[in-house]
Amino acid sequence: MKILVCISNVPDTTSKIAFVENNTKFDTTGVQFIIGPYDDYALARAIELKEASAATVTVLNVGLADTEPTIRKALAIGADDAIRVNADPSDSFFVASQIAEHAKGYDLILMGRESIDFNSGVVHAMVGELLGIPSVSPVMKLDIDGTKVTMTKEIEGGKEQVEASLPLVAGCQEPIAEWKIPNMRGIMSARTKPLKVVEPKGVDQIVATKKFELPPAKGAVKMISADNVGELVNLLKTEAKVL
Amino acid sequence: MNILVFVETSEGKARKTSLEAVAYAHKMGGTVTAIVLGAADANDLQNIGKYGATKVLHASDSKLNEPVLQAYSSVISKAMADEAADVLVLANSSLGTPLAAKVAIRNGASFASNVTELPDTSAGFVVKRSIYTGKAFAMVELKNAKKVIAIKKNAAELKEVAGAAQVANYAVTLNDADFNTKVLSSEKATGDILLPEAEIVVSGGRGMKGPEHWGILEELAKALHAATGCSKPVSDMGWRPHHEHVGQTGVKVAPQLYIAIGISGAIQHLAGVNSSKCIVVINKDADAPFFKAADYGIVGDAFDVLPKLTQAVLAAK
Ligand SMILES: Cc1cc2nc3c(=O)[nH]c(=O)nc-3n(C[C@H](O)[C@H](O)[C@H](O)COP(=O)(O)OP(=O)(O)OC[C@H]3O[C@@H](n4cnc5c(N)ncnc54)[C@H](O)[C@@H]3O)c2cc1C
Ligand SMILES: Nc1ncnc2c1ncn2[C@@H]1O[C@H](COP(=O)(O)O)[C@@H](O)[C@H]1O
Repeated sequence: MKILVCISNVPDTTSKIAFVENNTKFDTTGVQFIIGPYDDYALARAIELKEASAATVTVLNVGLADTEPTIRKALAIGADDAIRVNADPSDSFFVASQIAEHAKGYDLILMGRESIDFNSGVVHAMVGELLGIPSVSPVMKLDIDGTKVTMTKEIEGGKEQVEASLPLVAGCQEPIAEWKIPNMRGIMSARTKPLKVVEPKGVDQIVATKKFELPPAKGAVKMISADNVGELVNLLKTEAKVL
Repeated sequence: MNILVFVETSEGKARKTSLEAVAYAHKMGGTVTAIVLGAADANDLQNIGKYGATKVLHASDSKLNEPVLQAYSSVISKAMADEAADVLVLANSSLGTPLAAKVAIRNGASFASNVTELPDTSAGFVVKRSIYTGKAFAMVELKNAKKVIAIKKNAAELKEVAGAAQVANYAVTLNDADFNTKVLSSEKATGDILLPEAEIVVSGGRGMKGPEHWGILEELAKALHAATGCSKPVSDMGWRPHHEHVGQTGVKVAPQLYIAIGISGAIQHLAGVNSSKCIVVINKDADAPFFKAADYGIVGDAFDVLPKLTQAVLAAK
């Protein structure tokens, strides 16, 4: 079985978000980039499947050269090889089109339920649509028996058991697998694993980011004594007007 | 402008966030047609008119009772063409967001999810969307003639406007290929208020000490008619079901009021609550980082404050 794991290269979850160049560009100063946390779940499940059967795992990232440390980390965690599509991942349709170009021939395409930068939550659905294969997200459990895939999918306020056949795209989330930390041997071998760089295919830009904005700063907190909870209820009614 | 709105149902009832999508489309201006798939309550179908739809298409084929993404995409794509819709609007959800993306591809439309405000059409068609898990916004231009937008909760105020909808049956032809996934079974918390849609959320963290103490939190939630949530470690340890976990890697909520009890306020938790209108934090540690993100705070022991707060809420009713 051939598994493709699509990973995004995103700011660490503790990052402070800021923009430069008149709010048109993300400020990378002091920001550490990581494999998207959901994509990390996808990767972890792929490695488990590889260990349990004779699967191969390829990771794919659409990104410029600065994403290579993140790709190497995925290789250190256990992926066999990697593809980087050399382009700025500006919008979901563009990213999905690039992924679809390279995803043919894979039995299972795993992604995260959403990237934590643009949070679109759609690249998996778009790739499924472009390839004409099923896509399921967010998946909390995924098991394969031959070409049959059974999944537990989260829905609002509950979950669903879903069945489909390979080839398939799944957007993953916890608790599908435990995040894996690369070990020393993994880190050493990652340096020599193949990382192929390919140029993007031409896609019309149908969504254009004009500028960014930060939310307004939060006002100061009003502290209330634990002996006076009645005042809190009163303030929620009359001041905040939320009750 | 013709706008099609997909109205999602839960047990035959129109979802509140979907009615917000109808209200959003109405505010955009133009002719609003809503579409409902699968079994639905007749009164509810009629009710959609109150929020500004003049027509409601009901595809009542029982094969659509289970939400199969591929089949839903086929029906909505066709409806978009049949109605000559320029824009499709729907509410972000585990079904709606991927559905919107697929329909956008089939109809050659520009697409944006997590949209938080009405489009700005002064120069092109620009929408504001939430990015970096609520830590920022992006203004994006949807360049194609056709557009698909998935809106975030609170993108439009749910307000009744005078109006009645004409409900029509929408006949569909479904192929086997449309059922490329099969729902085997589902488990749903019935009767409860859905966390992503709740106006008030009462959420507990590790400070609640154990699942056996959730009773006092649930009592407050009941008094407030609120949904219950939790932090990630709480669901990781199995104290609460996974779908209650709020934050970066869990549910993103946007209620009027979020009450956090015994939650420290890690940045990953805050990412899921920063769209709340008002945040109340109850924590025994005055230095808990959550207080910095709060509107109101109480330094105190949850086991002392919670029952008192429930009493005060009930007394104020
Ligand atoms: C990539 C990544 C993603 C993550 N995603 C999420 C996410 O989506 N959601 C999430 O919640 N976390 C997430 N986390 C985890 C997050 O970093 C924190 O570890 C977590 O939010 C802490 O949960 P907590 O506040 O319940 O527990 P703690 O940090 O242990 O805090 C417990 C709090 O309870 C208070 N307390 C103790 N006893 C009492 C009492 N009797 N009365 C009142 N207060 C009391 C304490 O003062 C303390 O502030 C993520 C972490 C990573 C690395
Ligand atoms: N630039 C990228 N390169 C590779 N995969 C990506 C990229 N961006 C997003 N993905 C994948 O698509 C999933 C959903 O992303 P999104 O639709 O942007 O929220 C992510 O969790 C990744 O698995």
